[in-house]
Amino acid sequence: MSLDILFFKITLLLYFAATVLYLVDVIARWEKAGKAARWLLTGGFGVHCLTLVLRFLEVGHTPVANLHESLSFFAWTIVGIFLLFDLRYRLTILGAFSCPLALTLMIIGSAAPKTIEGVNPVLDSWWFPVHVILAFSGDAVFAVAFAAGVMYLLQERMLKSKKFSALYYRLPSLQTLDSINYKCLTFGFPLMTMGIISGAVWANSAWGGYWRWDPKETWALITWFLYAALLHGRLTVGWRGRRAAIFAIIGFLFLLFSFLGVNLLLSGEHSFRSLGGQ
Amino acid sequence: MNIIVVGLSHKTAPVEIREKVAFAPTAMERPLHEVIALPAITEGVIVSTCNRVELYATSRDAESGIVQLKRFLADYHDLPLETLESHLYDYQGEEAIRHVFRVAASLDSMVIGEPQILGQIKTAYGHATEFKTAGLILNRFLHKAFSVAKRVRTETDIASNAVSVSFAAVELARKIFDSIEDKTVLLIGAGEMCELAARHFINNGVSNVMVTNRTFERAEKLALEFNGKPVLFENFADHLHQVDIILTSTGAPNFILGHKQVEEVIRRRRYKPMFFIDIAVPRDIDPKVNDIDNIYLYDVDDLQGVVQANLKERQKEAKKAEAIIDQEIGQFYRWMASLEVKPTIVSLRRKLEDVRKGELEKTFANLKNLEGKEKKAIEAMTAAIINKVLHQPITVLKNAQNEASGDSYVDAVRALFDLEPPRPEGDMKSLDD
Repeated sequence: MSLDILFFKITLLLYFAATVLYLVDVIARWEKAGKAARWLLTGGFGVHCLTLVLRFLEVGHTPVANLHESLSFFAWTIVGIFLLFDLRYRLTILGAFSCPLALTLMIIGSAAPKTIEGVNPVLDSWWFPVHVILAFSGDAVFAVAFAAGVMYLLQERMLKSKKFSALYYRLPSLQTLDSINYKCLTFGFPLMTMGIISGAVWANSAWGGYWRWDPKETWALITWFLYAALLHGRLTVGWRGRRAAIFAIIGFLFLLFSFLGVNLLLSGEHSFRSLGGQ
Repeated sequence: MNIIVVGLSHKTAPVEIREKVAFAPTAMERPLHEVIALPAITEGVIVSTCNRVELYATSRDAESGIVQLKRFLADYHDLPLETLESHLYDYQGEEAIRHVFRVAASLDSMVIGEPQILGQIKTAYGHATEFKTAGLILNRFLHKAFSVAKRVRTETDIASNAVSVSFAAVELARKIFDSIEDKTVLLIGAGEMCELAARHFINNGVSNVMVTNRTFERAEKLALEFNGKPVLFENFADHLHQVDIILTSTGAPNFILGHKQVEEVIRRRRYKPMFFIDIAVPRDIDPKVNDIDNIYLYDVDDLQGVVQANLKERQKEAKKAEAIIDQEIGQFYRWMASLEVKPTIVSLRRKLEDVRKGELEKTFANLKNLEGKEKKAIEAMTAAIINKVLHQPITVLKNAQNEASGDSYVDAVRALFDLEPPRPEGDMKSLDD
């Protein structure tokens, strides 16, 4: 087992422990667990950074060339973005919703083959890391928006139906959740836009064409329009609350599909095989 | 020494009994002195509230202490002991400590977590210190009970959710809005509950208040009181789009706000959420309004439901509180035991040290040509003898302090060496938190 895989496993364990503790905090209402979870998650994130650096040194290119690497990278951005939001909002419960997501990606990633893929030299330029970092950061911000959206719908359901479960006491106010949704949109949308643009520029420098209607590009564009509609609705018509939450959830499902579904089910320039130039 | 508790509460006695055994807060001196005059009792505190009357005391002989306290309670209020007996409970040792900790932490209250009881025990303790009927153990014991109550309050959510309808409205607003300080409240009508809820909102930071009433003078009067703005009843609908929280309780027989009207208002507000609290019966607002997006409508029954849910939450939190109390009981128990042993060891050492000093002086007076070095050697030797002799008995005493037999060792040492009774006041500080 190479060192980066060992570190990957340590990261996975730390994320697992953090997830369990976050859930313990929310379900058993034991606040110390949430605090411990924050530390474990931060530690896990640190180890994860090391993992990525080691992997980079070992494979010699940005480590997103196969499913294992991409999932690990996506989980890394989600945890990083969550920790950033946590600095501002200090919402343990947001951790209880975001952490399992990152953990799931890590678990799938640990099951995926970890063989080192070569990257087609045509594609191996500085645009590669720029494109994937922008794209994944945008995705991660929208993952947090997704978590906040689910939380919003649950809390709104309880306030409307007047039936309260234990979760009611732990969830923040609707307005807080809605403002997380808005914040995510204002950060996520530019990131996503730049991700798409940088991809186009990269494609142009590699293949001499900006856009090829490859399935990933198509799905990313659809998703982009979805978020653009939400941003427009929020700014001009005053969309908010439930509608915004539902949009954030649907948008993220589209994102997941264009990330996983396209890579696994459809073939195109973004599938890992063609990245290697096979 | 044992801690004992005798008393009755809302759980064991109806109000007709409780009112008969209550003590007047202005005349506590006589009953307190009568309690410590009882032969088996050394210290005493009397807690008397509308929900409970309890005597906390210390006694060398717990059984007869309890009997005497019960008799005192009956005699003092001229009641036959037989009628009182069935309502009384009594505790001693660990159970007594647990009971008082639970009462102070408001786990035994009618509404779990209500904060008044702690203040009432503090007042009772104040009387006892004023009339000097609380000594070393009860002082320490009640201070511990206060700190346990504080721990329970800060470490659990036992008191964090509203158990009154008017306060539940404020808490719901906090689950809808980020902060309520910058929100505007409109008061329609002037029901008592409505005013109370408005007052809760204002106490929690709301500064923008509008008041409307069919009689404008009434609106003006209330607006003055709340530092708000009076609005003509005929025009109140024109102000709705500026308002985030609406409290209504008019005597109107029909709905004063319908589905369509509210739908228009929310559109005009660009769907900024609104919270309607309809306390009127019959209701003022069409219940269908709750189906509109970003509108939350609660009537009296809904608020009552929230209160019920909150009470259930408090019961869950009470379980955590019991665990805290378990921990603290152990600590306090160990302290009570060490209280007896530590001063004994100190006075034992002092006694032997006095003997040694006296004998050394005599010896040095006789042997005039001793050099400083030799004097030092003799001093060191005598000190070593005492340490060696005392080593075993002190070890035994220290080890016994956590066992039931601790008391008998302490008794024996005090009798054998003719030691003064302990003056433990000095010891209290070092053991305090």
